[in-house]
Amino acid sequence: MTQPAQATATQSWRHIVRLHKVDMTFGKVQALSQVDFEVGRNEIVGLVGDNGAGKSTLIKIVSGVLRPTAGKIWVRDALIDLDDYSVRMAHELRIETVHQGLSLGEKQPLWRNLFVGRQITGRFGFIDVKKEKQVAHQLLRQAIGFRGHGINADSTVRDLSGGERQGIAIARAMYFQADLIVLDEPTTALAVSEVRKVLAFVEGVKAAGHACIYIEHNLAHVHEVADRLVILDRGKVVGEFAKGEITLTELTKRMIALHEGQPRGHG
Amino acid sequence: MATASSSASRVLRIEGLPILAVLLALVVAFMVAAPDVFLGYRIYMSFLATVPPLLVLAVALTLVIAAGEIDLSFPSVIALSGWVLAYCIRDLGSPLLGLALALASGALVGYVNGILIARVGIPSIIATLATQFLWGGLTTVFSQGLSYSLGNADELWLWRLLVGRIGPFPVQALWAAAVAVALWLVLNRRRFGEHLLFIGDNAKVAEVVGINVAREKIRMFVLMGIMAALASVLLTLENKNFFNTQGGGYLLEVMAAVFIGGTSVFGGKASVVGSVVGSFLIGMVEAGLVATGLQGFWVRAVVGIVFLSAVVGHLVIEEPERGRALVRLIATKARLSRRTNS
Repeated sequence: MTQPAQATATQSWRHIVRLHKVDMTFGKVQALSQVDFEVGRNEIVGLVGDNGAGKSTLIKIVSGVLRPTAGKIWVRDALIDLDDYSVRMAHELRIETVHQGLSLGEKQPLWRNLFVGRQITGRFGFIDVKKEKQVAHQLLRQAIGFRGHGINADSTVRDLSGGERQGIAIARAMYFQADLIVLDEPTTALAVSEVRKVLAFVEGVKAAGHACIYIEHNLAHVHEVADRLVILDRGKVVGEFAKGEITLTELTKRMIALHEGQPRGHG
Repeated sequence: MATASSSASRVLRIEGLPILAVLLALVVAFMVAAPDVFLGYRIYMSFLATVPPLLVLAVALTLVIAAGEIDLSFPSVIALSGWVLAYCIRDLGSPLLGLALALASGALVGYVNGILIARVGIPSIIATLATQFLWGGLTTVFSQGLSYSLGNADELWLWRLLVGRIGPFPVQALWAAAVAVALWLVLNRRRFGEHLLFIGDNAKVAEVVGINVAREKIRMFVLMGIMAALASVLLTLENKNFFNTQGGGYLLEVMAAVFIGGTSVFGGKASVVGSVVGSFLIGMVEAGLVATGLQGFWVRAVVGIVFLSAVVGHLVIEEPERGRALVRLIATKARLSRRTNS
């Protein structure tokens, strides 16, 4: 599809993404300071931390929405020019993000949502609506299994449940063959049965040989699926544990301790 | 049963259909009330001569509202670009320069709006209110408050090209139709249009799916400025006259045309076809009412009624649940009143 993706598919690289000493400030607020963070080739990295710890800021940097104030970023071991880095470039490098509750236009039909930013266009730059709808239709039937729900490519996002919305956003990432899928709290506000589906998908990403950054409030979920856990606290990485190095109880205790250790007014 | 209801909903989903029905009903009513006028072709030729500036403005504003923004400054473009055109024709004798500079001045106004809104971050309602005063005021200064008569304008090639007549048929109707088709394609079939819809739907979503929100907004306001300038050129040439308040009446009429047409006040959903039909509705009501013998005083009240019914109609069709709730409410009220009466 895009050149960087093809060029790198066969080369050997260790990390799909690596951040070195990344700073991010908003006015006087230091959201991230000196963050080192990396994701291996076929690794699920769970990112945990309290509200305001900097999780969302970190993944917005990875996905090209925000430009860090300082630091370096490598994608597939190649240094990125941060002045050029954008959502579009992240897409070209096959990094896809499912932002919490923010990935879909609610009033737009599903076919537009699947292709927005990467529209299929004809010779004169007009959107090939027929083709987009056709692919959307296939995707809905096969990848997501929306058969018989009365949902089709023309349905608007408003007509979908929370789980179905995550399904669409995740299906979009799969369709564009992301090597790294960033999931920002995908299970928030979902019914229990739908949570299982999302967790199964995260495991599916691993099985298909891709990598994933998984942000989650629910420690049990993230402890279950992550290969490695990274704990953020007030903009800093304060802990890293490979799978099996920390039990769920220890992790929970640690998070509570961090929360209680925070100065008043910042909780 | 299921297929019948789905085909019915498919018919209802054809763009602009409900409002087209309202327009046809209005025409039929006028035909009944004033057959002398509305069964002849002349009145329709007259509409095709007077509606195009309104239509061009409404269709362009549809894109702005689709993106969740508003432009209150286009009346000042109608004044400014009209003055530029009139000055170039009357004082410099160059219609071509007049057309070019008129469109360029519209683009400039739009660009300034875009920068103020997308880069500086001023809400569009405030920014364009301010620029409306600024450019409108400057036009008054430039023209010294005088009107320019272009009495012999119909001898110009530009006049014949843009607002001439083919038999009784006004050429500007063709230009307006071309603009409507082009902007329909832009909104529904170009990446730019899709980006505007997503920006209007939710600007944060637009950002995370990789849309350059600021750039697209600036392009949109420039497009609006150019279209307002084109409307001004059509208007000034058709009237063979420029006066510095010639944009004044358009602000509310254009907005009414857009919203009657079914474009969402909240952004993210817009109908170019609806705005075209809405323009004709607004453009016809006045002449129609006068022809039927009703006093001119009634015009605004009737527009209000049509406006309200159109907005409620769109709501019922788009959100059937709210529509059913409305029907239930009316039914309950009716039952209650019957019970109290008996």
